[in-house]
This record gives sequence, C-alpha cells and structure tokens, in this order.
Amino acid sequence: MVDPANTVGIPVNPTPLLKDELDIVIPTIRNLDFLEMWRPFLQPYHLIIVQDGDPTKKIHVPEGYDYELYNRNDINRILGPKASCISFKDSACRCFGYMVSKKKYIFTIDDDCFVAKDPSGKAVNALEQHIKNLLCPSTPLFFNTLYDPYREGADFVRGYPFSLREGVTTAVSHGLWLNIPDYDAPTQLVKPKERNTRYVDAVMTIPKGTLFPMCGMNLAFDRDLIGPAMYFGLMGDGQPIGRYDDMWAGWCIKVICDHLGLGVKTGLPYIYHSKASNPFVNLKKEYKGIFWQEEIIPFFQNAKLSKEATTVQQCYIELSKMVKEKLSSLDPYFDKLADAMVTWIEAWDELNPPAAAAANSKA
Amino acid sequence: MSSAEINKNEVDIVIGALNADLTQFLNCWRPFFSGFHLIIVKDPELKEELNIPEGFDVDVYSKADMEKIVGASNATMFSGYSCRYFGYLVSKKKYIVSIDDDCVPAKDPKGVLVDAVSQHVTNLENPATPLFFNTLYDPYCEGADFVRGYPFSLRSGVPCAASCGLWLNLADLDAPTQALKTEQRNTSYVDAVMTVPLKAMLPISGINIAFNRELVGPALVPALRIAGEGKVRWETLEDVWCGMCLKHISDHLGYGVKTGLPYVWRNERGDAVESLRKKWEGMKLMEKSVPFFESLKLPETAVTVEDCVVELAKAVKEQLGSDDPAFTQAADAMVKWVQLWNSVNSSG
Repeated sequence: MVDPANTVGIPVNPTPLLKDELDIVIPTIRNLDFLEMWRPFLQPYHLIIVQDGDPTKKIHVPEGYDYELYNRNDINRILGPKASCISFKDSACRCFGYMVSKKKYIFTIDDDCFVAKDPSGKAVNALEQHIKNLLCPSTPLFFNTLYDPYREGADFVRGYPFSLREGVTTAVSHGLWLNIPDYDAPTQLVKPKERNTRYVDAVMTIPKGTLFPMCGMNLAFDRDLIGPAMYFGLMGDGQPIGRYDDMWAGWCIKVICDHLGLGVKTGLPYIYHSKASNPFVNLKKEYKGIFWQEEIIPFFQNAKLSKEATTVQQCYIELSKMVKEKLSSLDPYFDKLADAMVTWIEAWDELNPPAAAAANSKA
Repeated sequence: MSSAEINKNEVDIVIGALNADLTQFLNCWRPFFSGFHLIIVKDPELKEELNIPEGFDVDVYSKADMEKIVGASNATMFSGYSCRYFGYLVSKKKYIVSIDDDCVPAKDPKGVLVDAVSQHVTNLENPATPLFFNTLYDPYCEGADFVRGYPFSLRSGVPCAASCGLWLNLADLDAPTQALKTEQRNTSYVDAVMTVPLKAMLPISGINIAFNRELVGPALVPALRIAGEGKVRWETLEDVWCGMCLKHISDHLGYGVKTGLPYVWRNERGDAVESLRKKWEGMKLMEKSVPFFESLKLPETAVTVEDCVVELAKAVKEQLGSDDPAFTQAADAMVKWVQLWNSVNSSG
C-alpha cells in the first residue's frame, strides 16, 4: 500500500519555476480542499478553475491562492453559441480553461489528486517535474534505452545516432498516478482492490508514430505549441459517451505532434490518486467507447496530415474533416464531434487572436 | 516468476569469453546459473586457456570447434564479442540468455540480488505489446494492467522475441560520452519492463540480452564489423547493428521487443579515452543506418525469419553498399549466417 505525502511544514517553494508563465487548470464539481496539501508547490501559481455542474453552487478556494473561476454561466456568456463545444457535467469542461488562459504553459490536475511520495519518502513536487520535462527536449525519433538522456546521471547509450541527440521541443508532459490506477470500468470491476504501488523512476519520450492513452489527471503542456489541439471533446450531459475526453485529446495531439515534429513525454511525475470512481457508473459512460475505440485507434494510426498543415489549428481542422469523413459511419456522434472540433478552433482563435498571441509569447 | 517455475531445460545461457579467467564471473552468477546449461564460447583470438570453476553444466567452444563446425573461413565471423553468436548457432534450446563476462548480478533497491536469468525468461514468456503504448508499462506484471483507453483487441499482445536488459554502474555509453563523463555511473534503477513500440528504432546492447531462439534465432546476425573493432564494447557496433535488424524483422513479423529489467552490474574495463584514439567509424555507420532502416520495407513475401534476413541483406547491399564497404561485408555476412544457421540446425 502507498500513502500520500504529508506536506505540512514544507515551505512554499521560494523559487517557483515559470511562475508567471504557467496556469493551473482545475475542473471541479465539489470542492478544492485538495489544494491545501498542494500549497508548498502550487500556491505561487495562478489557478483557472472551471466549475462544472450547478453554477449556483459556491466553490470554496483555500486562502492564499490567486485564481479565476468560470462556471457554466460564464462559459455561455463568453462563448455564446460556441459554448456548445464545451462539455457539461463532465470534467472535459476543463479545456475551457486552456482556451481562456493567456499563459504559455498549462498544468492540469484533478481535484482528487494529492501529493505522492517518492521511494525515499520525500514529497514529489509534480509541477516542478512537469516543468523540467517541458523545458527539456524529447527524443521521439530513436528510443533511448536509458530513458531520458538529459537527466542527471543518464545519457544517450552507445549506438544512439549523434545527429538525433539534440532532440525536439517537448509539447506535452504526461504524468502518472500511485494508489488508484487509471483503469477502465471492466478492469476496475475485475480488480477493485488493485493499487499502483510501483514507482517507476523514469521519464521517456513516446516514439513518433506511437499512440498512447493520455490521462488528463496529471498533465502539462505547452499551450503555445499544442494548445488548440487539447480539445477534450463532447462528453457528459446529452452525449452518448464519457471518460474518453482525455483519450480523444491524446490521440489528436499525438498525431499532430508527430506531424509537427514535437515531443510527448510520459512517466514522472507521480501524483497520489485518492478516489476510485464508481465502476458501474463508469461502465455506463465508457460502454460505447470500448467498442468505438477499436475503430478509432486504426483511424488515428492511419491519419495522415497534409504538408500544407503547418499550424496546430490547420492540423486540427484537417483532422476534424477526416473524423467527419471516416468516423461518422461509426456513429452520428462523430459528425457532431467533428463540428465541435471546428467550433472549438473558431472559439480558440477568437479568444486568442494572433496579435495577442504574439504579444504573449514576447512577454 | 521464480526460477523454480522456469523450465530450465528450455534455456541456454551463452557467454562469450573475452576474458580467460571466468572464475569470478561464474562464481558471482552461480546462484542464478546453477541448474542451467551453459555454452561458453571462447573468443578465437584469445590465446590463454579458459579458467572455469567446477559445478556448472557447461559446453565450451573454441576456435577449433568453430573451424570444425563452420569451416575455417567462416570462423572469422565469430571473433571478439561476436564469438557468442556461435553459441546461438549451436544451441538447441528455445531461449537464450547472454551476458557479457564483465558483468555480475546487480542489487535491486531493496538490496536483493537480481536474478537476471529468471527476469529475462519471464519477459520472453509473456506477450509484448508493440501496437499501443501502455502508460503503466508491462501490463502483465503483478500489480499492473492495461490502462483506460487501451484497446481491448490489443490486450492479448504478440509473442516476445527479445528481452533487452540494462546495466547499473558502467552503463553502455559510447566512448566519446564516457570519456567526457569519466566519473558517471548509472545508479538509477528503473523498475519497469516495457515493449518498444512498433517501428520505433533503438540501440540494442549485447551486454545483457535474451531472445527466443526458436522464434527469431537467425535474426541475430553477427554482421557489422567496424574497422579496428576491438575487445571493449566502446570499439564495437556489432550488437547495435544486429539489434536494428532484429527489431525491424520483429516488427515485420508481428513480434515484440522488450526493454528494461533486468539490470546487471557492469564492471570497469578498458579506457574510454584510449578507445577514442582509434578512428571511431561507428558514428558514421549509425548515421547512415538510421534513414535506411526508417524507410525500409521488407516484402510481404518474406514470411520466415530467414527470408527476412536475406531480404534485409539484399537491401543493405543495394542501398548502403556504396556508402561503406563495412555494409557490403555485413550484407554478405548476413547471407552467410542464414546458410550456416540452416546447415547447422538441419544436421541436428
């Protein structure tokens, strides 16, 4: 069994990296008590809280945190008719936070994720590790058997081509979870007591051309590089599917990152995932996804973006056309999703006009 | 999986002896090698007699045996680190575990000695998952599983062709890197086994490796010799080339290659700076190899491992032959290797 770290007494990080360049996006429907535990590592940063569910409910944010909070009314007000692309009654709504942020980097974390301990018992500063991952190159073109070659104590192994040792820019840092693992409903039903107690001390780049299941519980990315592709789809209320928001985004961003020559990392940091969601509820949400993913995966594996698609938005629009063309026959949902993908990009560009973006990147 | 559960009769442990005195090496490995059949192949260029301690079930092969079995001209294929391939050739077992003679068992973070043989065989006996990346790494190990979003149709995996282990202490770095970082030692024990995804290329090290001989034996080719190849790993590339071929063929035939555990503890040998003095051909050859393997497509008609090796050799000769004579020689060696494999293994 593992326990979360006790962070009482740990001073707030005096030198928070990228303090003014990173926003923390948290979707919530209940409360943000978990932020008490994260204080030493997260307090210096600005929070964007996306409140899902009943907008009249008051969400209490622990003292000392600087934040902006958006509920459904705000989302509707800001996006108008385009608000239709933002999910309701599903944590997928978090991507609204990505859209309204003005920062270069995003860290997103679920409200049931606490601070983990490394094998020595030390509290893991997950955000700091994500930042290291993002600021350091990725190596998607050739696998390094010693994992992250830029890490202290590691390097490229014999035989690793020298021309590939500079790596590429990292767009996404995908962290993992101790305690409650991110299993699908069938697996949860079969193994309700299984806990992830294995701390794998590595960060690695996911090779080009390889897809992976991206979990949104503990995730960071470079918003400037890949933000527009981080749409978490249509889930929850009024939709035939749930718990595939991050998966959908993960498949899209990987195809686009591969196309644009950007890197995606996975591994450290760990957080401590405390709550197991109800597997029966999950099964109902995921049910269609389990069948659909059999078609969706080959779709993404074979998706080829054109040479002319050189921006994330262009890539994403192209992808949306392919979704409409190839997945609509699977279910009319994909037709709606393809439209929502376009709406998302339109909304993104409206809220993030190029001139403003240029100004932000200079800041 | 403990060693009690492994069918020891299915495994040969093949050691290439570049050092004459194997006493310390074998005594250190005794707890994990005992009960297994060992094949020790002596580097044909090693002059001294091998010193092997008592108590092992071992067959030793030397230059004379090589010449008898494959002929004097072919025996040159097995010099230096490539001597171990002769052991792969003559083995009759399903699995081969091969460890360099300057490595001893490592300790895990709890201080327990790692049974590298058991771990390798476990890796080989469990499926690999090259078609989709599992973020919790090996889904078949205790305490882990496939994560949410992993397609169900891919959860039975594919046969595992090879298990590539790692090294604590002296990692397998190249000479320039080790010369630059003379004090660097690998102290990081990463507790994971994972499948290297389909189409991803990697540098497979021969220092600590195991493979399913029945499945892919002929694909482990002793082929690429760099000019001035030496008796320290920094001065070789044969395993890296072999690994590129093996990975490509495994990808083509739908098998998987795993990397990660087990670790071995690798000791000091040689001098990286000294190795740097030699003209380092390896770098150039790797640079040329990468785009070749990246764009290579074996024909659909290549359905056996032998076919794949022959087709690969053809492509090497056609596309890389003019770049460097080392590639032409490698291509010829690969063809010869398949012939030898077939003749040695059909005669039983």
